[in-house]
Amino acid sequence: MTAADTPIRALPDAAASTLATGTRAGVELRGVVKEYGSTRVLHGVDLDVAPGEFVSLLGPSGCGKTTALRVLAGLEPADGGEVRIGGRDVSRVPTNKRDIGMVFQSYSLFPHLRVLDNTAFGLRRRGVGATEARRRAGDALDLVGLGHLGDRYAHQLSGGQQQRVALARALVTEPRVLLLDEPLSALDAKVRVQLRDEIRRIQLRLGTTTVFVTHDQEEALAVSDRVAVMGAGRILQVGSPEDLYSRPAGAEVAAFVGASSVVPGIVSAGTVSVWGQRLPLLAPAPDGPCEVFVRPENVRVVAPGDSGVDAVVESSTFLGSMRRSMLRVDDGTGVHVQHPAEVRLTPGDRVRIRVDAVPALTRPVTSSSAPAGG
Amino acid sequence: MNPLAPPRAVRVVIGLVVGVVFAVPFVATVLFTLTPLPGGSGLSLDRWAGLFDPANAAKYRPVWTGLGNSLLLAGVTVLLVVGLFTPTMVLVALAFPRLRRVFEFVALLPISLPAIVLVVGLTPIYLQIGRTLGTGAWTLAFAYGILVLPFAYRSIQASIDAIDVTTLAEAARTLGAGWGSVLLRVIVPNLRQGLLAAALISVAVVLGEFTIASLLNRQTLQTALVVVNKQDGWVAAIFTLLALAFAFVLLLVIGRVGRIGAGRKTP
Repeated sequence: MTAADTPIRALPDAAASTLATGTRAGVELRGVVKEYGSTRVLHGVDLDVAPGEFVSLLGPSGCGKTTALRVLAGLEPADGGEVRIGGRDVSRVPTNKRDIGMVFQSYSLFPHLRVLDNTAFGLRRRGVGATEARRRAGDALDLVGLGHLGDRYAHQLSGGQQQRVALARALVTEPRVLLLDEPLSALDAKVRVQLRDEIRRIQLRLGTTTVFVTHDQEEALAVSDRVAVMGAGRILQVGSPEDLYSRPAGAEVAAFVGASSVVPGIVSAGTVSVWGQRLPLLAPAPDGPCEVFVRPENVRVVAPGDSGVDAVVESSTFLGSMRRSMLRVDDGTGVHVQHPAEVRLTPGDRVRIRVDAVPALTRPVTSSSAPAGG
Repeated sequence: MNPLAPPRAVRVVIGLVVGVVFAVPFVATVLFTLTPLPGGSGLSLDRWAGLFDPANAAKYRPVWTGLGNSLLLAGVTVLLVVGLFTPTMVLVALAFPRLRRVFEFVALLPISLPAIVLVVGLTPIYLQIGRTLGTGAWTLAFAYGILVLPFAYRSIQASIDAIDVTTLAEAARTLGAGWGSVLLRVIVPNLRQGLLAAALISVAVVLGEFTIASLLNRQTLQTALVVVNKQDGWVAAIFTLLALAFAFVLLLVIGRVGRIGAGRKTP
């Protein structure tokens, strides 16, 4: 990186006026199947994205989320199923005719062109005249706060700046769909959060239908209207960030979205008992021993005499407004607890903890019951 | 400083010995061309001047014809490298990355084949070419196109490896570029240095090639020089020096091109 990231500048009104907001289109994937040789990486993926919506594809690496996006872009042919943009089947339409904008994980600015000409590239390919294209490219660069860097080359920009130019370049043609393939994963943490929020701000302003691929659940939950959680080539659940967090459809989603501890419990009569506390069930489960997902914020440190279970503090991390501590219950189960910063827990302390009576998700007992997530 | 490097004195001696080995034949050739005409004495430029003497035109005509043929061949060979070989390499990089090893092996093969072996294989092919495309001097460029593959491959592949061809091509595609645009407006501009180096090396190889041209009975600069050498050793030496100077300038240009390229990465 050769230059420091410039701070986001105030958005000039001119920029918003030239990028139209009337190009939104819905996106549908219908039973999309993709195979590499004999390996099937997408097992019939269905996804609906409403016009103007921001949907994230979230999942661990290798779950097929990037492949799904590349099929949507036409960079990979599907082996089955249908891709629709704006109601029209585009399965046979080549990438350059799909009217999309895409930002890639790796830096993709053309090294031989200045930033302004990079940004104008898509307009020029659509037959817009040089002067007009450069003017609109300048406006798009203003939109991402880099209007003053138009005559630089890509190698003279920091990673965050390059991805912002790539975003401007993808948006300047007013595409019907914006595709983001982990555009933030090569950036450092601070720039990542900054650019993430900026992408969302611009997307809301332009109303461009957006599909965002990420493996970072925090990122997905922060910016999306809806999140599609993927695992092993299938979509496991689609829902608002709040839905996914509080009502995960299954153990895989619960383990992947947000931090959870997995603790032993016993199901009976439609409730599950954890450390003497009865919790309603999120999904029906057979009576008997099970494992229960417990969020750190739903575990409380209580007075020694109260109902609950004893645990030993193993570590405690200060997170600014609060603390998160790792405790080990006497039966060996590890539990994450989130608590006010004033409650100081020191490693080695014995404390009593209890779980809140919020609806909980269970799964059958597996061999290991280590805490999932972070 | 590398602790294994020989002491300064040793390096100077090595430099001198190598320098002398290269300089002796070169200086001898220069002195040879400065030999005065019969009757003269000392050193003179008469034989250089005689090159352009209309009286000698008939004697030197094969050389000029050969030079013209060689330049034509160099041009056609460069066209083959840029217009056929380069798109193929880009195609391999983009669509068939698993073929790269095979492709590299095939491209480097000509360097390990003796020219005579190539000619044995080429003769029947040239019989066919002669029937379909005629026996114009330029047709030898097909053979030269194969001869320069190893050199062209190296410099172009280095340029391809220096950029992320796949991502650049995909980015251009999503921005609405057809395959022609992708190649001409995105990939080729970024391979410029490699292409220029490949072109210059191809020119140097073609201008210096003798064996294939001779065995296929073609008239090029090198074969003409041999012919003229039988009547007038001096003029052959003069053309050899000129060819050397030309190749030297070409190599300088290649070097400069490489340095300009390196400079652009560090503003």
